Amino acid sequence: MVQERTLPMFQAASAQISAEEGLRLFEDMVLGRYFEDRCAEMYYRGKMFGFVHLYNGQEAVSSGVIKSLRPDDYVCSTYRDHVHALSAGVPARNVMAELFGKETGCSRGRGGSMHLFSSEHNFLGGFAFIGEGIPVALGAAFQSKYRRDALGQNDADQVAACFFGDGTTNNGQFFECLNMAALWKLPIIFVVENNKWAIGMAHERSTSQPEIYRKAGVFGIPGVEVDGMDVLAVHAAAQTAIARARAGEGPTLIECLTYRFRGHSLADPDEMRSKEEKQAWQARDPLSKFEAYLLEQKLAGEPELKAIKQKIQDTVDEAVKFAEESPDPSPDELHRYVFAEE
Amino acid sequence: MAETFLFNALREAIDEEMGRDETVFVLGEDVGHYGGSYKVTKDLYQKYGELRVLDTPIAENSFTGMAIGAAMTGLRPIIEGMNMGFLLLAFNQIANNAGMLRYTSGGNYKIPMVIRGPGGVGRQLGAEHSQRLEAYFQAVPGLKIVACSTPYNAKGLLKSAIRDDNPVLFFEHVLLYNLKEDLPNHEYLVPIDRAEIVRSGKDVTLLTYSRMRHHVMQAVKTLEKDGFDPEVIDLISLKPIDFETIGASIQKTHRVIVVEECMRTAGIAAEIIASINDRCFDELDAPVLRLSSQDIPTPYNGKLESFTIVQPKQIVEAVKKMMALQV
Ligand SMILES: Cc1ncc(C[n+]2csc(CCOP(=O)(O)OP(=O)(O)O)c2C)c(N)n1
Ligand SMILES: [Mg+2]
Repeated sequence: MVQERTLPMFQAASAQISAEEGLRLFEDMVLGRYFEDRCAEMYYRGKMFGFVHLYNGQEAVSSGVIKSLRPDDYVCSTYRDHVHALSAGVPARNVMAELFGKETGCSRGRGGSMHLFSSEHNFLGGFAFIGEGIPVALGAAFQSKYRRDALGQNDADQVAACFFGDGTTNNGQFFECLNMAALWKLPIIFVVENNKWAIGMAHERSTSQPEIYRKAGVFGIPGVEVDGMDVLAVHAAAQTAIARARAGEGPTLIECLTYRFRGHSLADPDEMRSKEEKQAWQARDPLSKFEAYLLEQKLAGEPELKAIKQKIQDTVDEAVKFAEESPDPSPDELHRYVFAEE
Repeated sequence: MAETFLFNALREAIDEEMGRDETVFVLGEDVGHYGGSYKVTKDLYQKYGELRVLDTPIAENSFTGMAIGAAMTGLRPIIEGMNMGFLLLAFNQIANNAGMLRYTSGGNYKIPMVIRGPGGVGRQLGAEHSQRLEAYFQAVPGLKIVACSTPYNAKGLLKSAIRDDNPVLFFEHVLLYNLKEDLPNHEYLVPIDRAEIVRSGKDVTLLTYSRMRHHVMQAVKTLEKDGFDPEVIDLISLKPIDFETIGASIQKTHRVIVVEECMRTAGIAAEIIASINDRCFDELDAPVLRLSSQDIPTPYNGKLESFTIVQPKQIVEAVKKMMALQV
């Protein structure tokens, strides 16, 4: 087991969220968790195929960042994209249907787990190759700046949030985009989900400077380190970064220290990570932690939280039923969507 | 003889070549501690150490360039593309430097390296993980392109590729790693520039490679029952193409069907057919036919995916149709 980094301290008490805000975050995290648990079940029952990368354990990052955005902001993900899509507002039934390969899926059954898209929700994707989403998110941020500064549209202040993992920060696209983002002061937030592993490669073995947030400084970009198991800490950091981006002051990099509770994908035997490491992080489960916080702070009572869980359980059940009952894409449309239509 | 999985046949090839030549080393993502995504390098780092089985960061273009530099200065790198699709990120180094540098340097440098890994359409892996880059790369001068298809040829071909003084793109197929076959106990090599005659026949020449070889052989079972006698040739070398073997076959059958998994446009068959027309048009009793994948990104949905690639039934139909043509 590699030496754990000291987690940045965050005074949750200072966060001061309303009960409404708290419940919104909680509900989103529960959705992320229950949805993924069901995905695992469906995968083992042969309902979905290919490489399916689950997000369990990292929910505080998705909810903390995306729930701080406006619906007209942009979200760009990776192959571990189900929960980002859900937080961005893509309905669970359309995500599930996509995983089942159905016509009603958000990518109409053409994409699958690693290629979720929803233009309606400004969800830019779903990218199966690491790092390739970063320049795409940069493009959305550029578009926003372009509208404001070149086209004079004063209300064009949309921000792009771009998610990717620790392993991806060793790729050139990451550095190239940090440079361009800083150079043109683009409204983008680079959210690094440092879960310590890139498949079987321990972060420390792959990088010369394990503290990723420090890499931003070289480009003159603020880099912050956040406890990614604490939704309030992520939420607070995201709010600052979003305000900065919206004000035209440029990008921020947020490194969230987090952990995935399952293997890299459902095909990964997950033999590389030690039992001790897994247990240590499991004990910091962001969902139970936040639940305890809500109760402690009297922002919610047991029955309320139970009701939310039941509601989400129903949502996920409905999503599976919807996916199951939806039709496959028609073979007649095999060649559709290769080119734009009239 | 020992029954061996294809992934283990590849592992044996690497192990034997690393044991034989200490300049041979492996690099790539998760090749060391993890043992490779398809177990091709399992435990080799324990035997040869972490520098000879080098776990790299996810930086395909740069580690490919690094391998080229190492090859130019005396080492013999084997790059594992965790999935061959990821080599799109290394296209520049592969095309400009692996492919062209020997020529642009006027023969100053040679680049003995192998780039190997899983390609092809798997089971619902989605478009980006279902690439058939052999078609994209075939236009690059200076690259040799090989596709293995059985445990026996996988091992012998990989050993030859490692010993070759040129950059070799070595395609494995994501769905063939668990094929099993008895392999000889003694060392053997299979030449990387020769096609393999899988079945001799006189009616029609079926040219194919990689996983489609197995689709073709499935079709052949039906065709045999129906009284046809096709000749099946596994191309093995996708560049350069072994026209000697192909030409001899055409002189016998006068009919050719190419079955490939890459897309139709600018695929492997497109090039072969043009060359057959150049070389032995007069031998042909019928226009050469190709069965290829559809010109679309591979859809995730299972049914659409199966419509995208060639199925054995289509091969049977194509042969029957061609044999029905009166000359
Ligand atoms: C260009 C490219 N190279 C390699 C891969 C194979 N791959 C998929 S995920 C992954 C590890 C990524 O790790 P990280 O960025 O930390 O994200 P995590 O999976 O931990 O969320 C690798 C190597 C890929 N998808 N794309
Ligand atoms: Mg990671």
